[in-house]
Order: sequence, then structure tokens, then C-alpha cells
Amino acid sequence: MPSFLFWIFALVMLGFGAAVVINRNPIASALSLVICFMGLSALFMSLDAFFIGIIQVLVYAGAVMVLFLFIIMLLDLRAETRRKTNLVAVVGGSAVALVFFLQVYLVIGQLSAAKQPFPALSSPKMFQIIGVLVLVATIGVIVLSKRELR
Amino acid sequence: MSSILPWYILLLPFFAAVAIVLLTKSYPGLSSFISVAAVLGSFACSCIVFVTADIRSLELTWIDLPPLLFVPLGLVLDDLSKTMLVLVTGIGALIHVYSLGYMKDDAGKSRYFASLSFFMFSMLGIVLSNNFVMMFIFWELVGVSSYLLIGHWFERDAAAEAAKKAFITNRLGDFGFMLGILMAWTATGTVVFHEMAQQLGRITDYPGYLTVSVLLIFCGAVGKSAQFPLHVWLPDAMEGPTPISALIHAATMVAAGVYMLVRVGFLIQAAPQALTIIAWIGTITAVMAALIATQQNDIKRILAYSTLSQLGYMVMAVGLASGEAAMFHLFTHAFFKALLFLGAGSIIVMLHHEQNIWKMGGLAGRLGITFLTFMVGTLALIGFPPFSGFFSKDAILALAYGKNLAIFSLALFTAFLTAFYMLRLVVVVFFGKPRSDLARAGREAPWVMIAPLVILALPAFASGFGFVAKLFLHMPGEHETGWLVPGLALAATLAGITLAILLYRRRESDPIDFAPLRNRFYFDEVYGFLISATQGVLASISAFIDRWILDTGFVRGASSATWGFGSLLRLLQVGNLQAYSFLFGLGIVGLIYFTLFR
Amino acid sequence: MVTLGHYLIVSGLLFTIGFAGVLLRRNIIIIFMSLELMLNAANLSLVAFSRFRLNAAGIPNYDAQVFVFFIITVAAAEVAVGLAIIVALYRARQTTHVEDLSSLKF
Repeated sequence: MPSFLFWIFALVMLGFGAAVVINRNPIASALSLVICFMGLSALFMSLDAFFIGIIQVLVYAGAVMVLFLFIIMLLDLRAETRRKTNLVAVVGGSAVALVFFLQVYLVIGQLSAAKQPFPALSSPKMFQIIGVLVLVATIGVIVLSKRELR
Repeated sequence: MSSILPWYILLLPFFAAVAIVLLTKSYPGLSSFISVAAVLGSFACSCIVFVTADIRSLELTWIDLPPLLFVPLGLVLDDLSKTMLVLVTGIGALIHVYSLGYMKDDAGKSRYFASLSFFMFSMLGIVLSNNFVMMFIFWELVGVSSYLLIGHWFERDAAAEAAKKAFITNRLGDFGFMLGILMAWTATGTVVFHEMAQQLGRITDYPGYLTVSVLLIFCGAVGKSAQFPLHVWLPDAMEGPTPISALIHAATMVAAGVYMLVRVGFLIQAAPQALTIIAWIGTITAVMAALIATQQNDIKRILAYSTLSQLGYMVMAVGLASGEAAMFHLFTHAFFKALLFLGAGSIIVMLHHEQNIWKMGGLAGRLGITFLTFMVGTLALIGFPPFSGFFSKDAILALAYGKNLAIFSLALFTAFLTAFYMLRLVVVVFFGKPRSDLARAGREAPWVMIAPLVILALPAFASGFGFVAKLFLHMPGEHETGWLVPGLALAATLAGITLAILLYRRRESDPIDFAPLRNRFYFDEVYGFLISATQGVLASISAFIDRWILDTGFVRGASSATWGFGSLLRLLQVGNLQAYSFLFGLGIVGLIYFTLFR
Repeated sequence: MVTLGHYLIVSGLLFTIGFAGVLLRRNIIIIFMSLELMLNAANLSLVAFSRFRLNAAGIPNYDAQVFVFFIITVAAAEVAVGLAIIVALYRARQTTHVEDLSSLKF
């Protein structure tokens, strides 16, 4: 696929991902995350992983984020009031994250395969999996969010 | 021919002891019968073995770990052991018969005869063992039997203490003995006596090692034969019944030390420095014991110190490299000393267990046969010709004269002292007027007790004569000293006799009172102080270690360290979720750095 | 020319953004969403590698994509349970500020 599409979707994803972290308002964060997932799904498509891309939209954007939004609205969370910023924590946290990214960059730089383009394809195949895990999660949710029985 | 007969000698008393303990404990008469029968059986077998020229016994193997250790259960039947067998079982049999009379009314009669049979078994084991390990086992068993017998009247504190003292002092000697055996085994690779003699060449290249191992083995004899400095148990052992004193502490057990030294003579004579030390220890013991005996007032104590002194002579002879002379003196000593003790026993019993010589007197007329046999024993002991002691002591004196004049003069002085204290005993006990009602009422003992005295008097008189002794022993070599040595010995003896008679005729109490001798040179007090002081020091060291090092150091230290470390780690638990994630992230960054970038 | 490296760098960047969010934001819901970002970054890496490695028949190695499927499922389940816990926590403490939720300390 043309490389400019890759760049567009990559930038969308990263930009809205940053927005998730930066936004004060949780609703804004959640919605940014939805757009981020859309971008990610487009990247999956660009890698010929069509099934994963669709599943990403269906499950993540469609179910998980909806759940997030429901909870945010249930708990009626407003934009968090500013508290005194702990400068040491901020600096430390950012430092760790940046060092981590630096390490990742260096490692990938040494990976010989990283410089190679993707080879051409013939045709895709796929198969199906589990519901048990999802079932257990559902039950867990119900138990945990029950109010006390009077 | 390989025979099982010698094993009967050893095992009959053992089975008697077992039978008494398991079956006939409540039937004292039956127990005594079994015991006496067993020892008579052993005596008969010993006589048969004695006259059989070339007899070997059946040998069993106990431990077989080639090439390290081979320990058989075998019996050695050479001239030395055959003689000892006859001696031990013969005297043992007489003592058993004597005990029938002496212990007639004793409450623990079954226990006594069981212990006595067990003692016979252990002693015969020492005589018959053909290797060090077996001998050491029987050595220890003899110590146990001695403990049981000395402490027979254990309800008396003095007897219980004496038994403990005997056993512990013996154990000290046995510790050295064991180390010596280990050293000899390491050097020669075997514990069997005749094999060790063949392998002797391997250690003679290392005289220092050999000397040390011989001296350690000698420690066993020092303990068992009550030499200086482990002599302290023998006088206290007189707390036991008199037949025991006669058997164990005069004729047999204490002689076991000397027997062992003669048995391993091949080893000892290869170490000249050790020989000198052995000779001097024997001499010191002889002189010291004779000095102490001159001031004792208990008839059995006097005889006990006399035994110590004569054992000193025997060890001296071993140290002067003549096992034959030592065995000769052991042989004659067994008879006359047993005789003396049994005589003393008959006096004690007829005087209702009075033992102080100053409460006796004038017994010559009242206990006639006892007096006569006692005189025979005394004359033999002091070396009055032609009694047996004269010849055997003379052999040792001649040996000393030839090798070491210092030892000779001390031995001569001891002969003088021996005559002195024995005649002191005789004059005070048998002559003069009776000094107490008990003495006045004394009558002769019953025949069960008299008969052994008479039977023993004959060998006490005659066993020194060459033609008799040659039947049993290898006689020591003749020395060309002519009449000098016997003359000097006789002079010393006569001097002692004269002095004793002069000083002690018609006395009511002892004219001489020399405290160090009376108090036995304060050995017991010194040892007691040493032991309690050592224990005190060890106890305070242990207490210190326990309180400060183990308790505060290790136990509290360990707990404080853990506590402190835990307090340190606690500081990480801030409860703040993001702090945890931060540390987490830090850890991951570090991990990646150390695995991928190093 | 878009290479594997590009995808991997993008994935790394997304992961870092999510990580920074976990470390820096103090609203628990936002932290949770940042966690989702990190999971998805991993998914992107996996799919990229899957496409990169072709097997003998010239087809991408779908093992990685199956793994991605699992991850998505697990993430969904985790979100469900996690939000339920957050709801319970909110009912108990009336706050979503993570610094107020600090009773597990010494």
C-alpha cells in the first residue's frame, strides 16, 4: 500500500493516543482512544491482517470502549481537579518512559530484519477460538458490581 | 589340631553369669553353685589345655575389611597364656569357694556371684585374646566388672564413690590405650599380635612415633595396674568385699596390665626411651606406695598399698626389658597376695567387720590357722628366703643392679620398707594384748574360708623354686652378681623386720605420725581440686559462649538482622500505585539494559 | 518504502505513550485506558512480524495473528473485570484519584 497512507494512519493513531494521555476530561480521553483504535485497525489492514483489523473495530472500538464510556458516565466522572503536581514524579516518570523508548529504538536499529520490506503474498487463511474466557469475565463483572442484597 | 575346648574356658563363666541374671536371681544358693561350678569347669579345661602341647583354638572372623582392618575372635595359646589361664582360674576357683563362706548372709549374693562370673569371663578374655581390639573390649569389660564388684554394697556412699573412681580412672588410662592401639594399627596395618610382631620393621624406622605409641599403650597398664599417677583408685577399691580385693585387686585384674605389657613385649622393647620411662614410673610407684603403707591403719589399705608397690616392681621389670622377671613376680605375687587378703578377710569377718589394726591384737592364739598362713604370705611378700617372693624379687633386683643403679637403690629401699610395714601389721594385729572386745572375742573362721588359705599357702611358699617355676614360666636369665644382690636384699629385709619389731612391740597406738604419708601424699585432694577447678573453668567458658555468642550473637543477631532488613524493605511499601509502576518501569528499563546492551 | 522497522518503531512509540500515561496520570480510568494502549502496541508488533515472515507456501505465519486474537480477548475480559472493580472501589471510596487509594501501606 502506498507509504503515505501508512504515515497518515500512523500519525492519527499516535496523535490521538497522546490525546488520551493528555486530556483532562475522561470522556474526551475515551473518544480519542476510539479514534486511535480506528487508526490501528487501518494499520492492521495495511498488513493484510483483515480479520484482526475487523475484530479490532468490533471488539475494542465497539465493545470495550463502549463499556468504558458507560462506566465513565455511570460514575459521573468529571474532569479531574488539578492538584499540586509532584514535580519529581513527573520528571521521573517521563524519564523512565523516554529511556525505555530509546532502548526500543536502539534494539530495533540493530535488528537486521527491520530494514527489509514485506515480501509478496499468495492468499490468507484463518481459524476460530474461545468463549470460555469471555464467559468467566462476564460472570466476574456481574459478581463484582452487584450491590449488597438487602 | 584346632579345638573348641579353649573356648569353654572363656564361655563357661559367661553362661553362668547370664544364667544367674536371667534365671536364678531369686535363688542365691543355686546361683552360687552355678558360679562355682562354672569356674571349676574352666579350671579343669585350663589344666587340660596346659598339658596339651600343641593346641590351637577355633578362630572366628568378626570384622573383615581388606585391606584396612581384620579383627578375628581368636584365642592365643602359648606358654604365657596357658600359665596365666591356670593361675587365674585356679585362684579364681579358690576365691569362689571362699566367697561361699564370706558372703553367706549377704543380701545381694546372686548379684555378687553373677558379677564374679562375669569378671572371670572378662579376665580370661584378656588373657586369651589374640588381637588388640578383642583385648581392648575385654579390658573395658573387666573395668565394668570391677565397678560392679567394688560397688557391690552400693547403698554405702563410700563404696559407690569408690566404684565410680575406679571406673573413671581406668577410663583415663583406656583412652591412652586406645590411641596407642590406633597408632600401632596405622603403622603396621594389623591388630593381631603375631602379625604385628612380623610387621614391626615398618615402624622401627620412626623411633619417635614408636615411642609415643608404646607410651600410650602403657597408659592402659598405668590405669589398669594402678601405677602412678592413676593409682588413686586401688586403695579406695577396698570398699568392696574382701574376696574381691583378693581376686581382682591382688591376683588378677591389676596383673592384667603387666600381662598386656608382656604380651606386646616385642613392641615395647623396640622403643628404648619408652622403656626408661616405664621403668621409672614403676619405681616411683613402688617407693611411693611403700612409704604410704607405713602409716596406714586399715588392714586392707595396707595390703592395697602393698599391692601397688609390688605392681611397681613388676612394671619396673618390664621397663628393664625383662618380661620374664615381671611374669615371675606376678606369678608368685598372685599366690601370696591372695593369701594375705583372704587371711585379712577371715580376720575381718570373725571380728564382725572391724578393719582398724589398732583395734586388733593378740590374734595369733585365737585365729591360729589364719595366723600361720598369714605369716607364710608375709614372709613370701617381704622376700624372706626360701619363700617364693625371695626368688622373684631377687630376679628383679639383680636385673636393676645390672642396668640402672639408681633404680636398684630405690628398689632396695622399697624392699626395706616392705619388710617394715608388713611386720608392723603382723606385730600389731597378731601379737600383744587384744585392744578391743571384738579382738578378745575373735575365733577361727569356718572351714570354707580356711581351706583356701591352706591351699594357697603351699604355692606361696614353693612357687619361687626354680624347678617348680620352670614348669610354668620362662625363667629370667641368670645374672652374674654372685651373692651381692641377694645379700643386700636379705640385709634390707632383716633391717626392716628388726625396726618394725622394735618400734611396734607392745604399743597401744602408733608412735610415728607423719601426716603426708598418712594422708597418702594428698593425691586425692589435689586431683579433686584439679577436677573441680577444670570443671569450673569449662563451665564458665560454656556459660559465656552460651550467653553472649550463641544467644546474643547468633539467635538475637539473626532475628535483629532479619527485623532490620525487613524494616528497610518496608520503606518501599508506600501504598501509592504509581510509585509501584514507576519502580516497575525502572526495573524493566534496567533489565533490558543489562541483557541487551551489555 | 515502508519496512518492518517502521511498524516496530510506531508500535514502540505507542507503547511508550501508554506507559507514560500509566506513570503520569492520576485518574484510574485514564490509567486503565493507557494500559489498553500498551496492549494494542504489542498487537501491532505481532501482526507486523506475522506479515513479515512468510512460510514455504508464501502465506504469512498466522500463529502470531492467533496470538493477537487471544490478546484482544484477554484484554476485553480484563477491561470488564477491571472496570467492575473500579466501580466497586468508587462506591466504597467515592474517588477515582489514585493517590487517595493508598491504604495498602506499612
